Amino acid sequence: MILVWLIVILFAGGIGALVAEKRSAELPRVIALATLLLDLFLVVLMLFAPGTLGLDAGSQIDLGQTGEWLVLTSSDWIPQFGVSFIFGADGLGLLLIALTVFLGLMSLGSAWHEIKERTGFFYFNLLWTLAGVIGVFTALDLFLFFFFWEVMLIPMYFIIAIWGHENKEYAAMKFFIFTQVSGMLMLLSILVLAFFHYQSAGVFSFSYFDLLGTELPEGVGFWVMLGFFVAFATKLPAVPFHNWLPDAHSQAPTPGSVILAGILLKTGAYGLIRFTIPLFPEVSMAFAPTAMTIGVISILYTAKVAFSQNDLKRLIAYTSVSHMGFVLLGVYSWTAQGVQGAVMTMLAHGFSAAALFMLAGGLQHRIHTRQMDKMGGLWGVAPKMGFMALFFTVAAVGMPGLGNFIGEFLVLLGTFRISSAAAALAAIGMVVAAVYSLIVIQKVFHGENKNNLAFEDLTGVEMFCFGLMMIGLLWMGFYPQSMLDMSEPTLRSMGVLFFQ
Amino acid sequence: MYSNLIIDLMQIIMLTVTTVVVMLTVAVKRDHGLISGLTVFGLFASLLTFVFIKPVLPLEATQLLIIDEYSLFFSNLIIAGAIAVALLAYPYFDKNKDQNEEFYILLMTATLGAVVLACSNHFVAFLLGVEMLGVSLYAMIAYTVHMEKTAKFPLEAGIKYLILSALTGAVTLFGIALVYAYIGTMEFDAIPAALAAAGDLGPVFVIGVLMIVAGAAFKLSLVPFHIWTPDVYEGAPVPVTAYLATVSKAAMLAVTLRLLLASNALEFNVVIVVLTVMAAASMIFGNLLALLQDNVKRLFAYSSIAHMGYLLVMVIAASQIDAALSVEGVSFYMMAYFIMSLAGFAVISAISNSEKEYDQISDFRGLFWRNSWLSIALITVLLSLAGIPLTAGFIGKFYIFTSGVEGGLWFLLTMLIIGSAIGLYYYLRLIYIMLQPAEDLANDPAANAIPLGVNAVLTAMTAGVIYLGVFPAPMIDTLQSLASAF
Repeated sequence: MILVWLIVILFAGGIGALVAEKRSAELPRVIALATLLLDLFLVVLMLFAPGTLGLDAGSQIDLGQTGEWLVLTSSDWIPQFGVSFIFGADGLGLLLIALTVFLGLMSLGSAWHEIKERTGFFYFNLLWTLAGVIGVFTALDLFLFFFFWEVMLIPMYFIIAIWGHENKEYAAMKFFIFTQVSGMLMLLSILVLAFFHYQSAGVFSFSYFDLLGTELPEGVGFWVMLGFFVAFATKLPAVPFHNWLPDAHSQAPTPGSVILAGILLKTGAYGLIRFTIPLFPEVSMAFAPTAMTIGVISILYTAKVAFSQNDLKRLIAYTSVSHMGFVLLGVYSWTAQGVQGAVMTMLAHGFSAAALFMLAGGLQHRIHTRQMDKMGGLWGVAPKMGFMALFFTVAAVGMPGLGNFIGEFLVLLGTFRISSAAAALAAIGMVVAAVYSLIVIQKVFHGENKNNLAFEDLTGVEMFCFGLMMIGLLWMGFYPQSMLDMSEPTLRSMGVLFFQ
Repeated sequence: MYSNLIIDLMQIIMLTVTTVVVMLTVAVKRDHGLISGLTVFGLFASLLTFVFIKPVLPLEATQLLIIDEYSLFFSNLIIAGAIAVALLAYPYFDKNKDQNEEFYILLMTATLGAVVLACSNHFVAFLLGVEMLGVSLYAMIAYTVHMEKTAKFPLEAGIKYLILSALTGAVTLFGIALVYAYIGTMEFDAIPAALAAAGDLGPVFVIGVLMIVAGAAFKLSLVPFHIWTPDVYEGAPVPVTAYLATVSKAAMLAVTLRLLLASNALEFNVVIVVLTVMAAASMIFGNLLALLQDNVKRLFAYSSIAHMGYLLVMVIAASQIDAALSVEGVSFYMMAYFIMSLAGFAVISAISNSEKEYDQISDFRGLFWRNSWLSIALITVLLSLAGIPLTAGFIGKFYIFTSGVEGGLWFLLTMLIIGSAIGLYYYLRLIYIMLQPAEDLANDPAANAIPLGVNAVLTAMTAGVIYLGVFPAPMIDTLQSLASAF
């Protein structure tokens, strides 16, 4: 039940924030903070003291599952269709839930001073998006999964459409349509899968555990897998489905960008690891070379595009696609190092991208532009901001000692065992990354302050958020084993290749 | 035996009695409030009789009508829709000091026709129902024509509907004649046996069936018989538009599905091809043309064309899969569409009256901040029409996908996905406009209190959209039991 509580608390907090706006415009953010802290408290308990929540082997129910599930609950929803509420979390899920709640707090921090209009509805949307994401990370019934997949979409649409920047209508619409249409393909695939399971087993079921190992006729399996792949590759995003992302990220308000880059993209990667490959192991492996090629193209192409951007947020958005290319590569190598690396990259990129978007958003909030050619010499004006930008840029590039390095290094290591060419090409991407990242620092913080910009340096709230994310990245960089240990049992149960 | 028959026909009898009572009361005393109250009361009473009808089902009430769980479900839906329309009509016409009372007589006769249509098991009853519904609708659409100030151009809409409806009525009649000439029966159930007896299959029967289908497609506004829809939707008073969108379509759909399934017409390839083309064209053109609209009623018109196309997918699937699943899905989708449409038109009603209708998309700018309840209801409806989870529309779409996958209708499913993708755009555009900052309106129609009846309809329907989306299980049970007869 603890997982259900995590979600229900967020839903309830959202409604509370909405109602509280009538009292005062400040109250919703306090309620949102309290809600997220409560969730964080529960997540910390789950991570470090599961016993206090009664989470041990005995608390699980038997669903014929494989793998080590820390929590698993189930009850009926629409029995006629075989749809039920199945929530579960294993090491991988738990890591991502922790990431979600933590970055939720960070985005709250960035909204704290930025969002002044219609605060109640804003925090309502924020918390509901997070609830949807946690639902995605825990739902183990494919119908339920699809349900949460859409639940996280609509509040995000509102966040972009109401609080976004100059071109918000276009961006919000594009975001929604890309996700929804690819989601519909996934729904179709889910139904085909359930239908073939019905034919062989005689009962309708959408349970993940029932559908694992469903035999699909020759030729059908590939198309069904493709439906899932397209939905997740759109969310990830991978070239050529990445088109929505630069618009959505640059037009979204800062907290929206933080959630988009930090968390929403990870749902795509999670979907690939949890659903696409385990549900269709053979066709996925046959498809792996194509997927890895897409990954390499994503890394190189978007790195090149990022290099030519003048809009700071668009640049960071393109780098996100590039880093997600590593995730795609690692996942489809389906080796222990590759997938572990993908998971580490997801976590570390969550932190670094969120921090960079907060910096870009903070800059825009202060100087009302995102165009880099109008900036310059800002280190002198805001040294704390400059330092933070340098730190997180270097982290994103893959400086040893920080989480991103571990992730991308492991991905390359894992990929090398499968395809040395892909690994070599991807490694070039890391070099390009260094170029475009340092250009940002140079253009924005060094050089001459042409427009004589002057503004307030980072506030206490912002420093606090950045500090926490720094600690997180350092932790991942120096003690990645703590996280690798958590995801390992999950990956083993899914049949990832482990080399001795 | 006869007592059972009377119980069976109780709904129809109650509706007839109410019609007569309303008519006589109008003759004695003209009072808008009294007449509308009487109408709603009569409709409620006939709705409630289903409690008595249910235990004696199914029964063939004369050769013409069949009352079973299926027809009872649609009758209930129709009567509930009529109640909602009556509630929307009262505040709409109330401002007008003209003669409003006859509207309710027309509403009653139209509803009677719709119920007869939904229950019909014979071409005579079918024709009787269609004409009773149609003739009442001509007058309802043009009802505001004599009023001093009318919101729209009701006469144009009425004439358009009259001419096209009469034309397709003639086509349908000819089709019935062809079918009868070939197989010598007018009872739906008897068609397969008669067909078998008639032996060698000439094209005459199929042409006849197709002509009847064309007549049905007109009422359901499927492409290419959809031309009237946007103009009539726009020109008719809002409550009548709501009636057209819901009751008229539900009744026609109920009987068409029964006819197609009972007569085994889906075994003919030609019929399948024609239906497939109509479904695909409706999904694509309906959605594409909706993109161009800046009037919400026209937008709903085109969106309804698309939705009827979606529905048709399940009808076509019945040729491949267990007919019960198809009937179940069609019934669910129709009900979901019914509820969504009524909620949508209730929102327009809430800010409109017979002198001024606020139905331009620009009238909805900033509605979210002007009147959040109205806009939340409309957003719910739009998301449901787009098929987003947690709403009835999603479960409906789920049915379509399920039956399409089982029936292997990959072409139609592709069209469905393309159509829905286009559809998302105009639903989202309307939502976006509602979320825009509000302009200062000197005379904001959304600032007025929403009339009680309209609010009741709006609340009930919005709650219905959510309820069916979150807890569909009880309704699915009901539908499965009614569909098991097929």
